[in-house]
Amino acid sequence: MISRRDFLQVSMAASAMVGASGFGNWARLAAQQGLTQDQLLQFDTYGNLTLIHITDIHAQLKPIYFREPEINLGVGDNRGHVPHITGADFRKLYGVADGSPSAYALSYNDFTSLAQTYGRVGGLDRVSTVINSIRAARPDALLLDGGDTWHGSYTCFHTQGQDMVNVMNALKPDAMTFHWEFTLGSDRVNELVESLPYAALAQNIFDAEWDEPAELFKPYKFFERGGVKVAVIGQAFPYMPIANPGWMFPEYAFGIRDERMQEMVDEVRAAGAECVVVLSHNGFDVDKKMATKVQGIDVILSGHTHDALPEPVQVENTFIIASGSNGKFVSRVDLDIRDGRMMGIRHKLIPIFSDVIAPDPVITQIIDEQRAPYEAEMSEVIGKTESLLYRRGNFNGSWDDLICDALLTEREADIAMSPGVRWGPSILPGQEITREDIFNVTSMTYPNAYRTEMTGEFIHVILEDVADNLFNPDPYYQQGGDMVRIGGMGYRIDITKPQGSRISEMTLLKTGEKIDPAKTYVVAGWASVNEGTEGPAIWDVVENHIRKQGTITVAPNTSVEVVGA
Amino acid sequence: MDFTRRETLALGAGAALMTVLPFRANAAAEDKINEFTGGAALGDAGIDLIAPEIAENGNTVPVEVSAPGATAILLLAAGNPTPGVATFNFGPLAGSQSASTRIRLAGTQDVIAVAKLADGSFARASKTVKVTIGGCGG
Repeated sequence: MISRRDFLQVSMAASAMVGASGFGNWARLAAQQGLTQDQLLQFDTYGNLTLIHITDIHAQLKPIYFREPEINLGVGDNRGHVPHITGADFRKLYGVADGSPSAYALSYNDFTSLAQTYGRVGGLDRVSTVINSIRAARPDALLLDGGDTWHGSYTCFHTQGQDMVNVMNALKPDAMTFHWEFTLGSDRVNELVESLPYAALAQNIFDAEWDEPAELFKPYKFFERGGVKVAVIGQAFPYMPIANPGWMFPEYAFGIRDERMQEMVDEVRAAGAECVVVLSHNGFDVDKKMATKVQGIDVILSGHTHDALPEPVQVENTFIIASGSNGKFVSRVDLDIRDGRMMGIRHKLIPIFSDVIAPDPVITQIIDEQRAPYEAEMSEVIGKTESLLYRRGNFNGSWDDLICDALLTEREADIAMSPGVRWGPSILPGQEITREDIFNVTSMTYPNAYRTEMTGEFIHVILEDVADNLFNPDPYYQQGGDMVRIGGMGYRIDITKPQGSRISEMTLLKTGEKIDPAKTYVVAGWASVNEGTEGPAIWDVVENHIRKQGTITVAPNTSVEVVGA
Repeated sequence: MDFTRRETLALGAGAALMTVLPFRANAAAEDKINEFTGGAALGDAGIDLIAPEIAENGNTVPVEVSAPGATAILLLAAGNPTPGVATFNFGPLAGSQSASTRIRLAGTQDVIAVAKLADGSFARASKTVKVTIGGCGG
């Protein structure tokens, strides 16, 4: 007798072949001219239920460039497993040819030249075309938004998320979960959530005072699709008040709460759910661990850590789907649900090549309407770059090197700190830098660039604290960002050590001297989670710096020595 | 980044780390457990401890403990200067043997619960709760 597990593996093998043929086709095409919308959207509709997943858009309405990370280290059980495989190793793992469209979409090498060949990615009007095509094949497909939607651009900042709500409403999602949305402040979040024509789901958003489930966010919602009773359970980012300013949403508490997740799964199964989908903003490694702790989840649509994986990752009987960020990808997941069980899965990670996929004119118009009032200020050219500007990477990125340089010079500091966030598009060498581009990598509701004094010992405590958020071997203690970016100071990090002994050899770059634990240094930074932080907005600091430089060049950063990778 | 409000917590975390490593660092907590159990062996079944992995506010950390049929549950914050948090006693008429409260944690440390079960045996559960200065979410 063939077990459920065997069915899934057989189906997985079939789906891997579909994936491989898709990738093989792309790999044989020399350039964008050979890519067609039909190829990108090709999918043999399967089973009886379709999920469409998009996540971590970070308010990128228009096509952008986005370089995937070169350095993305895993620790503990996740060392050497996806998504902690990059570049050539990643391409080898998935059979992606060098220089192919999928190499451009999924890895970092030769980014500048491939970007010139294949063009920008994303754009919600292109995403709409993909969604429409999937709905043409499967009209009752579920569209699920993993959150980090109402944050990250000039227009999103100035409309407090309204631009994104307006555009997303036009795409007609069925449900959404949350993270950066809360940095709009709880009043605004409540107002927007109440306005949504679709479900706002999170089993782990609690009332902070009473430690009871928050009324505004339902833990799950049932859908009847393709004759299947599907339950979608929401999981918001667990560490919102720690990684972001909790004082902006003091009424709410979060946490992983996997005990309650199990209760919710049991509850929906008891109520007749034939398929259980978790719409998650946990981050990939946290989702993998949760899949081992919570029984009965069929599919986790994973967000937060911005990973893009061309195949699902199976953990026990749960399939985890990672759909990238910044509007660069949409995942289509077809499921065969029979007799109350998942019998098979077929999946495709669809890269949104903006020059290949035609924009949906209805959505283009809505996007243009959102942008029109701000177009003049946004499009002002501030400078030009000779270097590729990107953010992703565990320890630094050239965008953050530039931001740290701006903090050091404009704020006259010894040391600069820039948060290890993973959002923010890339800019190619030779491109002009507009005000919009600066906002794309700095936009937030707590942008003040502080200038303060810290002892060497305290700087060490901060680095150790952040490093443990990234390299604690237990994923449940990871917050899913990258290491705080440091300007003006070098250090060595051993990612295999415990908290307190990872960071050593802290060196002040301008003098070459070791950091003295007892000595006080002037530190400039931004994105403090503490209330009452003072200083100019980071985008003004960066704009002033770029304007003075005219043309930017960023030298390769060699100030972080990594041990144990 | 004005660290003043959280500085104590951060330094507390640093201090806790330095003291976690030595062997008898949790001597006070161990003494409390021995006092409660009379030195009896500790099982790990029959007790559930729910606490956050990372505290949202180290000054008020929600903790929930339950042990069906238990007559008493001892709750400890092993890294606090005074580890004792509470001992919950359940009489024969108690409808359930569970309790929830909020505790203050000086820094990253283990929260420990020990239950005296219906058959007189003891069971232990613990969870590491991180107290962090926070910072950067993806």
